[in-house]
Amino acid sequence: MTSVAATAHGAHAHHDDRSFVQKYIFSTDHKIIGIQFLFVSLFFLLVGGLLAMQMRWQLGFPGKPMPGGGVLPETMAPGGVILPEYYIQLVTMHGTFMVFFAIMPLLVGVFANFLIPLKIGTHDMAFPRINMWSFWTFFIGGLVMLSSLFVPDGAARAGWTMYAPLSARHDYSGASLGQELWSVSIIFVGLSSILGSLNYITTIINNRAPGMTWFRMPLSVWSLFITAILGLLALPVLSGAAIMLLFDQIIGTHFFDPAAGGQALLWQHLFWFFGHPEVYILILPAMGMVSDIIANGSRKPIFGYHSMVFAIVAIAFLGWIVWGHHMFVSGMNPTLGSSFMVSTLVIAVPSAVKTFNWMGTMWRGNLRFHVPMLHAVAFVAMFVIGGLSGIFMAATPVDMFIHDTYFIVAHLHYVLFGGSLFALFGAITYWYPKMFGRMMSEPWGKVHFWLTFLFYNCTFFPMHITGMAGEMRRLYDPNQYTFLQPLQPIRVFISISAFLLFATQVIFFVNFWWSLWKGKQAPQNPWEDNGLEWSLPSPAPHGNWEKVPTVYRGPYEFSSPQSTEDYLPQYKKLPTDREPARAPVAGH
Amino acid sequence: MHWWLPPKASTFTGPIDGLFLAILIITGIAFVLVEVGLIWFIVQYRQRPGRKAFYTHGNTRAEVIWTAIPAVTMVALGLISNHYWVEIKGRNSIPANAYPIGVHAKQFEWQMTYPGADGKLGTGDDFTIRNQLHVPVGRPIVVQLSAEDVIHSFYVPQFRVRQDVVPGMDIKAWFQATVPGTYEIGCSQLCGLGHYRMRAQVFVHTQEDYDAWMKQAAQEASQ
Ligand code: HEM
Ligand SMILES: [Cu+2]
Ligand SMILES: [Cu+2]
Repeated sequence: MTSVAATAHGAHAHHDDRSFVQKYIFSTDHKIIGIQFLFVSLFFLLVGGLLAMQMRWQLGFPGKPMPGGGVLPETMAPGGVILPEYYIQLVTMHGTFMVFFAIMPLLVGVFANFLIPLKIGTHDMAFPRINMWSFWTFFIGGLVMLSSLFVPDGAARAGWTMYAPLSARHDYSGASLGQELWSVSIIFVGLSSILGSLNYITTIINNRAPGMTWFRMPLSVWSLFITAILGLLALPVLSGAAIMLLFDQIIGTHFFDPAAGGQALLWQHLFWFFGHPEVYILILPAMGMVSDIIANGSRKPIFGYHSMVFAIVAIAFLGWIVWGHHMFVSGMNPTLGSSFMVSTLVIAVPSAVKTFNWMGTMWRGNLRFHVPMLHAVAFVAMFVIGGLSGIFMAATPVDMFIHDTYFIVAHLHYVLFGGSLFALFGAITYWYPKMFGRMMSEPWGKVHFWLTFLFYNCTFFPMHITGMAGEMRRLYDPNQYTFLQPLQPIRVFISISAFLLFATQVIFFVNFWWSLWKGKQAPQNPWEDNGLEWSLPSPAPHGNWEKVPTVYRGPYEFSSPQSTEDYLPQYKKLPTDREPARAPVAGH
Repeated sequence: MHWWLPPKASTFTGPIDGLFLAILIITGIAFVLVEVGLIWFIVQYRQRPGRKAFYTHGNTRAEVIWTAIPAVTMVALGLISNHYWVEIKGRNSIPANAYPIGVHAKQFEWQMTYPGADGKLGTGDDFTIRNQLHVPVGRPIVVQLSAEDVIHSFYVPQFRVRQDVVPGMDIKAWFQATVPGTYEIGCSQLCGLGHYRMRAQVFVHTQEDYDAWMKQAAQEASQ
């Protein structure tokens, strides 16, 4: 067993004479940048959660003063009672923070940065300085978005999808500066993602260790690679649209304002042309990391590795031709609706393939239920529900009825919370030792997992039912409608579950912070995994390897007959292994 | 409490609810298969001392099967759905004899324009009423949707009908009510701070009642 408990960066022979600022603030080290993304986006996850709690208070207990709501100004919640104009800011900013500042940076900012060089065997990213800017543009974007909550007439109010012309004209939305700050912030987010994506793509193409052929790359790296391509192509469209929106807002260009010759649907086409690839940006990295964790937890090679790769590619390709499924009843030509329906239904096929292959991986395994594995299995179980509810919405006649209801809200939370966020809890726990040199607490991790799993389902499953009953999204007070009044008990149940779900996350945050100082010292390879990152001490030192390792096999050789242990690292040379054709690159 | 789709009150409810049920059955089977499979594996293959996992990289036959079955199911579902989509929303779906009513949406109300005695919109006897849609039962109705300011959405859950109302576009949507009664129209597209109270009512009358209502309403409007 190779369990070297190396603790300090000093274990590395590189002489490290960077100042504190170079090391931890304006760092160009991919691991530090990943950790910077981690802290900042966990903070935004908390912000997004706090906004959601306020929404749930209003929906569960409409018109009642919110506990602690007294601190909010008169313009938001006089006497703690949420106003309609504040409620729609909550809806808008919850979605915006969760999508752009929590899930997306957690998946891509954190794990593309942290994992790619470690998993393909290189010293750092191809463009470390661009990488640093990718973090700082994201950070500025986040500050701008956060500041919009504090401007006089409040934050943006047109939903995270920012439909024009509501978003484009201040007399329609009732907010001015807040709307503009949203656009500015999104332009920064776009820039950040474009810079990051460029870097990930270049690094993966050029900097793989000797022997790391394309089909020896872990699925996490494959999915991050494809995600980066999606990001590079999709984010410019969003940024362009946001610039047009900003022009409409500040210099009256009226691109999206029909009252002055603009077109309302133009925004939707631009937004969803970005938006659907975006939802795959929000799930593919999760799928990749879950694949790594499930193989590890099952002690078995991934079932159908090649079809897993092709499924990722197929999803990414089809992801470009389905955006119209968000617009079936928008007034778009109904014949287009037919073709978008077909492409959307087809995209369910690679999703199904991935699900069955995960199950195939677990079949006849020797399952170890460590905390990351629990989250990974929950990912599969929950993602399936979200994928299947997607089929209802893909069928155009059914979507005519459930579009813009809570059924959609249920769907997107099953894929984004049940899917992406569960994967993230698993991934953070899994790679935490390589980041910080310590383990997170296992028992508390399990408590957090089970409570989250329970309250998560209590919160989001009933939304399918209220959606089926016709409850519209983004309503400040559904009780305005007689046919929605009988659903109030369900809304109360959802709200209480949501409060408990939020409270449960305290366990995760405390475990995360406490373990930074007090966690068990991490061995080099705590999960007995095969990836290259586990050949390094924990935490991984600056520059990673003196001399990059050579790769002799794929990443999932668990329980191989070639080895007496039930794992066989990619970097371990067996007597039968030959050196790869490419000469190893010398360390610098 | 309500655990199913809203009561049925238009001709669309047949195909849409049927399709919903069909998808529920298909996805229900997939759901049970996956979840039961997962639980089975979790119990059956949990780690036990002395066991080693079965070393395999996959099975092409199994993979072909579980790619082909969903693919065929999805294509079939697409074909069936499209058949109804064309009937409901297709470009030529609006029946020629549909009775026209103008629906104009603005922050945060609905204005319904009725064709008056001649049954035609855009003539001198048209009249407008706020937040009340009166329609005869058993007859196709075409609502001609227009918006004053931002995007709204015309939604009557019991009819299963929904159509966004977009400024700068004239969009027609049709439906045929089957059960006399009172229903609600909801705005289902976030349209500003009063979105939640942008509500109107639908009154479905028998043809006689409708004619009587029309006579009286036209009279009141002309005064
Ligand atoms: C089997 C795969 C999937 C199918 C067939 C599918 C289908 C759909 C459809 C048709 C809609 C539009 C519904 C409507 O607004 O009426 C939708 C909405 C949405 N989907 Fe999916 N989806 C799938 C997977 C995913 C995944 C993996 C994600 C993200 C991780 C995702 C995230 C979303 C989000 C965020 C929305 C709502 C956007 C909004 O209006 O705010 N979906 N999906
Ligand atoms: Cu989509
Ligand atoms: Cu409205």
